[in-house]
Amino acid sequence: MKLRVNPINCHAHGLCAELLPEWIRLDEWGYPIINPDRIPRELEAHARRAADACPTLALLLTRD
Amino acid sequence: MSAASIDVALPRLLSGISQPGMVQLDRHLDVHGPLPAPARLDGATLVELAERSQLRGRGGARFPAATKMRAVRASRGHAIVVANGCESEPMSRKDALLLEELPHLVLDGAALAARAVGAERVIVAYEGPNHDSRLSLEHALKQRRSAGIDSVAFELFAAAETFLTGQETSLVSQINGGLPRPSFIPPRPTQRGVRRRPTLVQNVETLAHLALIARHGADWYSGLGTETEPGSTLVTVLGAVNAPGVYEIECGTALEPLFAAAGGVRGAIAGLLIGGYFGSWLPAAVASELELSDASLARHNAALGCGVVVVLPSGACPVAETVRVAIYLATETANQCGPCVHGSAAIARTLHGIAEGTAAASALADLGRWTSILPGRGACHLPDGLAHFVSTALRTFPAAFDDHARHGPCEACSAPALLHIPPPSKKLR
Repeated sequence: MKLRVNPINCHAHGLCAELLPEWIRLDEWGYPIINPDRIPRELEAHARRAADACPTLALLLTRD
Repeated sequence: MSAASIDVALPRLLSGISQPGMVQLDRHLDVHGPLPAPARLDGATLVELAERSQLRGRGGARFPAATKMRAVRASRGHAIVVANGCESEPMSRKDALLLEELPHLVLDGAALAARAVGAERVIVAYEGPNHDSRLSLEHALKQRRSAGIDSVAFELFAAAETFLTGQETSLVSQINGGLPRPSFIPPRPTQRGVRRRPTLVQNVETLAHLALIARHGADWYSGLGTETEPGSTLVTVLGAVNAPGVYEIECGTALEPLFAAAGGVRGAIAGLLIGGYFGSWLPAAVASELELSDASLARHNAALGCGVVVVLPSGACPVAETVRVAIYLATETANQCGPCVHGSAAIARTLHGIAEGTAAASALADLGRWTSILPGRGACHLPDGLAHFVSTALRTFPAAFDDHARHGPCEACSAPALLHIPPPSKKLR
């Protein structure tokens, strides 16, 4: 699985980077920079939690 | 490859043009002959022809035409074709030339594309203020109706005049009654586009090539160009050449014969801009070794994009030119994606500070960081294009940027702009 953001829907709430700092950091305006690689198995549950927590549903978990 | 090959084998697309103005239907048919009938060339065979010709999109992204056609064919619902003639790149003239002078070639190609994907409707989109394009298209459609040569229904669409107007999803949005704003993918227009139907959006030059490939075949098309990039392509050459304009070149040709066709380079040059405002600045020294093929350009971190080649004369200021374009692109953001809105504004503002000699000491480092984190973070590629344009400028003209950062504007800064900046449009965003 991979993580992707819909940049039109993202409003820089920043929750994703708090929940998944191993995979997501924020730029200086608060928008996520996401590691494009396949998510390691041990982080999958955290990735799902981050996607579910996004207030604008902009963080998407994709099957590669 | 030599200058002679240009004369012998070309022009193809432009061969109908004998005098200024539109090529009329009778002349068009004299030069190219009629389109093969559906019984002789069906949709599936057309897609195969496009595949074997390795025909790629000429709007800028150079995406394989056959792949797009297959995607539309694989989607459920009645397909629609959009012929994209919105030439929003300010330095490009090739699409306007095709619409104004060779509308029959474009309409042939659009009719064939409709045949390839089983569409009954074709929408031909042009930039609204481009009145000459509309007049030519209307006249050509009238001639075709009288001659009864089309089995598809054509309609014209006047698109907005913005930099992003011709971006595929932005154009679909406008045709659907929305604003000229890109949308998030998926769904792609090939899956759900105009009126939520599978939609084939294809640049008008791509369609014009298809019109000739359908008549003469893939082997004929591949008689020019390289093994991986066969055929010919239209290029707009501007700047320090004696005869700026649109030229048809063999794919993969060196720059020298292109410059020769454009009347030769005028005086000493400071650099090259390949691919327009989403393109790359390159040092003048590469001109002698550069070929306009993906492989050669990729070695220089460049791509032909929409086919714009600008020769920057040594009297021009690369900093001033870069800053103006960066500000233009930053103001053309669709205001949808945070990284683009904030990042492009920050880049433009900082570049302007460098040109004025008022930037902070961290300016160049800031630009390096922003141009590296922006690509891939918008719904469209405006942030990618801007970042690439700026980072190649910084790499190609380091001394000029350093000099401006320290001492402010140079003498050439006040010279008339070479890179065209459209006036601010009354934008619908």
